[in-house]
Amino acid sequence: MAVTPTLLEVRSVNQLYGSGERRFTAVQNINFSMKEGEFVALVGPSGCGKSTLLRIITGLNKPTSGVVLYRDNVLTGVNPHATIVFQTFALFPWLTVQRNVELALKVRGVPAEERTERAVALLDKVGLDGFENAYPRELSGGMRQKVGFARAMAVEPELLCLDEPFSALDVLSAEALRGELLELWTAGDIPTKAILMVTHNIEEAITLVDRIVVMGKDPGHIVADLMVDLPHPRHRKSPEFIAKVDLLYATLAGQTQLEQIEMGTAPGEPGHTRALPNVQVANLAGLLEALAEKPGDRADIYQLVEELKVDSDHLLLLTEAAELLGFATIAQGDISLTALGQTFVDASILVRKEIFATRIRRLPMFRWLLNMLGRADTHMLEWDVIQSALELEFLPEEAEKQIDIAVNWGRYAELVAYDDSNGKIYLEEAEMK
Amino acid sequence: MASDPALFRTNVPQRRATFADGIILLTLGVLFYAGLSLARSIVRPPVAVEQISLAPGALPLYTLYSVSRMLAAYILALAFTLSYGRLAAYNRRAEKVLLPLLDVLQSVPILSFLPVVLLSLTAVMPQTIAAELASVVLIFTSQAWNMTFAWYQSLTTIPKELREASAIFRLNTWMRFKTLELPFAAIPLIWNSMMSWAGGWFFLMAAEIFSVGQESFKLPGLGAYLQTAALQGDFKALGWGLGILIFVIVIMDQWVWRPLLAWADRFKLEMVESDNPPASWFYDLMRNARIAQWLERRIAAPLLEWVDATLIRRRQMEPFVEIAEDRPGASFYLATVIGAGILIYGGYRTGLTLIQLPVNDWLTILGGVLATMLRVFISLVIAMLWTIPVGYAIGSNPRLAGWLQPVVQIVASLPATALFPLLVAALASLYGGLNLSAVLLMLMGTQWYLLFNIIAGAAAIPQDLKYTSALLGVRGWERWRTLILPALFPFIITGAITASGGAWNASIVAEYLQAGGKTLSVTGIGSVIASATAGGELQLLLASTLSMILTVVLINRLIWRRLYRIAEERFRME
Repeated sequence: MAVTPTLLEVRSVNQLYGSGERRFTAVQNINFSMKEGEFVALVGPSGCGKSTLLRIITGLNKPTSGVVLYRDNVLTGVNPHATIVFQTFALFPWLTVQRNVELALKVRGVPAEERTERAVALLDKVGLDGFENAYPRELSGGMRQKVGFARAMAVEPELLCLDEPFSALDVLSAEALRGELLELWTAGDIPTKAILMVTHNIEEAITLVDRIVVMGKDPGHIVADLMVDLPHPRHRKSPEFIAKVDLLYATLAGQTQLEQIEMGTAPGEPGHTRALPNVQVANLAGLLEALAEKPGDRADIYQLVEELKVDSDHLLLLTEAAELLGFATIAQGDISLTALGQTFVDASILVRKEIFATRIRRLPMFRWLLNMLGRADTHMLEWDVIQSALELEFLPEEAEKQIDIAVNWGRYAELVAYDDSNGKIYLEEAEMK
Repeated sequence: MASDPALFRTNVPQRRATFADGIILLTLGVLFYAGLSLARSIVRPPVAVEQISLAPGALPLYTLYSVSRMLAAYILALAFTLSYGRLAAYNRRAEKVLLPLLDVLQSVPILSFLPVVLLSLTAVMPQTIAAELASVVLIFTSQAWNMTFAWYQSLTTIPKELREASAIFRLNTWMRFKTLELPFAAIPLIWNSMMSWAGGWFFLMAAEIFSVGQESFKLPGLGAYLQTAALQGDFKALGWGLGILIFVIVIMDQWVWRPLLAWADRFKLEMVESDNPPASWFYDLMRNARIAQWLERRIAAPLLEWVDATLIRRRQMEPFVEIAEDRPGASFYLATVIGAGILIYGGYRTGLTLIQLPVNDWLTILGGVLATMLRVFISLVIAMLWTIPVGYAIGSNPRLAGWLQPVVQIVASLPATALFPLLVAALASLYGGLNLSAVLLMLMGTQWYLLFNIIAGAAAIPQDLKYTSALLGVRGWERWRTLILPALFPFIITGAITASGGAWNASIVAEYLQAGGKTLSVTGIGSVIASATAGGELQLLLASTLSMILTVVLINRLIWRRLYRIAEERFRME
């Protein structure tokens, strides 16, 4: 058997943002490769740098260090053999469907008649015949993404990159489009040699791809590399499928570490500051209540996604928060309520607030915030002051989001308050002993 | 007029005042100083002043001259806009200098450019050509800045994924300009071009007749004609001139701007169809005309295809799209050192000149700044008093807006300066007549910015909020206080910022008037600048110009920027 040639190789790639003291690692020490004929998914929670990695692989971004090899040649610019299908379609709104596809051909020097011919044929292939002269705004999301695929196919890419291609679509369109993509790919009547898809949808990944590269965050790194060796078509209710999904959830959620590492350090101290997961307290309470109704107070995370009809990305954030606060534990893709979590569920609103308050006080980030406020004059600090302090640990946008979350949680716990009219964060009276 | 609030995002400096701001102010001062010194050192023969004929028969030619001047200035402004804005948007290091520079440039009173430009031009070319060029450059300075800001802002707000798509599909610089940047910026560029033309007409009067020291210049043109007619009290000629001016403005509106807007509607980024797109009878006519279609298909399309093909073959795309933070080379440092040297020496000389200015003159300048500030304030208050209710009425009533808006737009582009001499004549007998007419001129030049913004704001008030307040029985003043004023606040601020900038600039023509050999003036920084220009007192001109720039920049930074931030953060409805 002949050895399948390697198409793409990523060698110890790092990407850093900012400069000097405020330097943040987006992705760290990434090594992986793709062979011809592979359909690979990059999966991970939001903020793990999977989109950044995709942009490095296609040559849109230059890595801070490390190299990307394409067919053994170092990439020094946008990869001419790769193309991207974008999450928000990235169609030119002022060009008709046909012109959008033709544009990709035009810049490659294809003469006018041939351009038209090929564009029409491609639109035909994705089922858009009759819509050639429509503008993107006249189409539904699913149809717009079909134009995105047709445009990508027009340049006959060897490496087709998909950046969350179905996540801006409604459920039915997404399902239909996935089927069509799989058909094009498995039938082999497109010149594409390999597909790399970024997604946070675990089920989608397991339905489509042959191999899943799992990424974790803080900083973005590769956690696992799994094969999905199920034959197509794959049935979601089949035990093999469910086993794979469980395995993936187990890999993604609950990589519980030693408590000190898990909790991180306070901002400004040596060590990594753990970012607060971006969830609402009401949603967290909802998750715990749902768990309490389960037999044995435990549930399979994947089943929860199905039952609660929530985005898997969001549910993973919720489970992360539940575990961080000690309300639940996670093992092998299952989440179970702790005694504390049970107490929380049974408690009245006021007691819930108290429990929540005692739990978040343990988080280094909150301890730090409460300390700062406690030492300040009149127990009050400007948002901007806290933000610039946090910017030593996080990128400015992320720092702002972190304060948002902290204020949100702190308000629920009645620990801190925020006055939007003067932009000041202050301690609640009970805290000002 | 489409009610598109995004068009009215203004050019308020969103950055903190930086070191660069100081450097730029200094540089500008030095440049002025250098231009003035150059001017003083050259001895010129006296020039023959061209006579302006007031016969109506002269008007067609004069109009042609004026329109050509405006067009030349506009083309210059467009070229400046495209290159300057692009450099500022794509080069981080250039951006740090270019943006504050633009901030300052738009606060430089237009007439202060005149002596520097004119006198340095006469140094290298015959006087008639120099005067002609100076006039074009003057009009240019009233047109360029807002367009540049609009272009820069568009470039920096192009969605990231569209940018990435054009890189991944290998669009080179030309194709990116043609298919991404220009379409994306088309609508703001057209609106700002309209504003620029209105501004150009406003200052045309000052750009065709001017005197610097002993020399006066009259360029044949509509502005000179109107000025002369007004000064000689020839009402018949004035009527003819105004008639022609209105005619030209209406023609431009119907044959150029409206068709352009109707055409540019396709460049709206929104992914939904708009309810009533801008319409133009002329555009519809052209689109359906056989000859236009034939021209498009047989000439324009193949030509464009050829241009595209040639440029695609010739120009490769740049390797990485992200804006590189490249390290400056040795030549950069060398240039910095040399530049700093020149700047320090120039700054020293400029400072020396400023110090030599008598204390009395400084007091005049200070008093002038305060007086003008008061006038700007009064004109803003008056403008708000009528534009808020009227703008709300128009904006919240689509039927009223339908026929009133085009009228308002044409009225708004009539240059108040053309009427100014008349106004002065009418009010001169009253006590404080010139003071009154100065405020009126500022008002007439600037209230439209407020009106347009308020109309846009009123149209953007969400219907459900209106229903809610009706259901709650909120009426009268209470309704204004809780619903309308907060909703309009960002638009009022945006309009007021543009209006106040315009008012400062208008003070130069509003506070000082030479009529039939006598000079009318009131206390104000504008009149200090205008009289220093006319009297050739270059030292005073330098000091007063720099003072005005400093004042305007400070007001922008300290007051408008804060208000704008509050408006954006607390009152913007998304």
